[in-house]
Amino acid sequence: MPDYNEYLERIFDVLKPFAKQGILLNEESELVTELGLTSLQVMELIEQLEDHFDMSIPLNILPDVRTVHDLALALEKLNP
Amino acid sequence: MSLFDKFQPIADIQAELQALGVMPFGAVTEKLLSPTEAIVDGHKVILAGTNNYLGLTFDPECLEAAKKAIDELGTGTTGSRMANGTFAGHVALEKELAEFFDRKHSIVFSTGYAATMGMGSTLAGPGDVIVLDADSHASIYDGVRLGGADVIRFRHNDPADLDKRLRRLGDRIDNTLIIVEGIYSMMGDQAPLAEIAAVKRKYGGLLLVDEAHSLGMLGDHGRGVAEAAGVEDDVDFVVGTFSKSLGAIGGYCVSNHDALNAIRFAIRSYIFTASPSPSVIASTRAALRLMQERPYLREQLWDNAQRLYDGLKALGLQVSPEVSPVVAVTIKERNQAIDWWNRLLQLGAYVNLVMPPASPTDNSLLRCSVSAAHSPEQIDRIIEAFATVKNAP
Repeated sequence: MPDYNEYLERIFDVLKPFAKQGILLNEESELVTELGLTSLQVMELIEQLEDHFDMSIPLNILPDVRTVHDLALALEKLNP
Repeated sequence: MSLFDKFQPIADIQAELQALGVMPFGAVTEKLLSPTEAIVDGHKVILAGTNNYLGLTFDPECLEAAKKAIDELGTGTTGSRMANGTFAGHVALEKELAEFFDRKHSIVFSTGYAATMGMGSTLAGPGDVIVLDADSHASIYDGVRLGGADVIRFRHNDPADLDKRLRRLGDRIDNTLIIVEGIYSMMGDQAPLAEIAAVKRKYGGLLLVDEAHSLGMLGDHGRGVAEAAGVEDDVDFVVGTFSKSLGAIGGYCVSNHDALNAIRFAIRSYIFTASPSPSVIASTRAALRLMQERPYLREQLWDNAQRLYDGLKALGLQVSPEVSPVVAVTIKERNQAIDWWNRLLQLGAYVNLVMPPASPTDNSLLRCSVSAAHSPEQIDRIIEAFATVKNAP
């Protein structure tokens, strides 16, 4: 199973095209308020991660996900 | 920070629209002249955004049934179906719906929202899984969020993507509800239900189809996309509304599962709200009968849909992917969509303005819906209004 760092790395890769120009991505980057993702883009991000890791990511995790770190942690919990 | 801060983005848009002198989300219908014409915000318009697909809102038989029910039963039931709010008409309508859909059981709800939200929130709970089409209606999203099941989206109208997501569930498929719509409300595109049903047969789970925008439009009897695709046996639950093709308000769920009798008393949107008014039930029953007696309405509807679709496409506008009674014109720039909506109104065509996040993409839509009651001349006038707006930027 992938570990936290693998999830993190992939999230950075997937996020690059979505994030606003010129913003440097890091673990504490906030998906909506900082990177400017719309709700639709957050859903697309989840779909891409599901396909890359061949796993199910329920939308139920989203209320607890604010930053890239939160998302990587949530994926690790789903797929321990 | 205050409770109100989160509403500021909405207030900003309202202020922007007010400055432009345009109020697309509160347009007032001042007078109805017919099912297809009205005075809206002072303009005499052809109604091209009302979901009144069969044009039955002013049918004499529906009007008479509603008036008679008011005289005999009063204006409201003043209570829940579970208490004093089940009248003979509610029970009769449930029987008639079950017969129409050729299903064993049916439930009548007070609104279509209550039906989809109620079924979505009740059928699957914590520990269960819901796999839904990404473009599902807000009532479906609201319901599944309330229910607490794990919610997984599959890409819109993509059976291969559904296949992938069901495969990943493994044994959890036994506790999985798949939710799709028949015709999608914003773009008017149909679900590939035969393929979706095949995926369901391959893995298992239960399938719920929301036929809100397809009742009375498709299938030999007008039962919707499931009938047209020949997969009604694969569909466990059909939900829908009385507020479109049947011209009233209310919702329903039909199923062959005997469990529906018990499920009824677990649905909070069924229990904790007043039942539909007698006049609503009476006109709905009349409309359901007329829909079956007048299959030609379906033909008129599709003729009009084809005419509008072809006309708008010929103007070079970006229209929906397929011909449907819902014809959406995609406008990339939000301000252009607002401007066009306003000018269409002034030219005598009322359509729906849809902006993100209500639209399925980041674009805005000018959403038209046609009616069997539109004349070909009215459809042409709608097309002419679009042509005028497009050619005079």
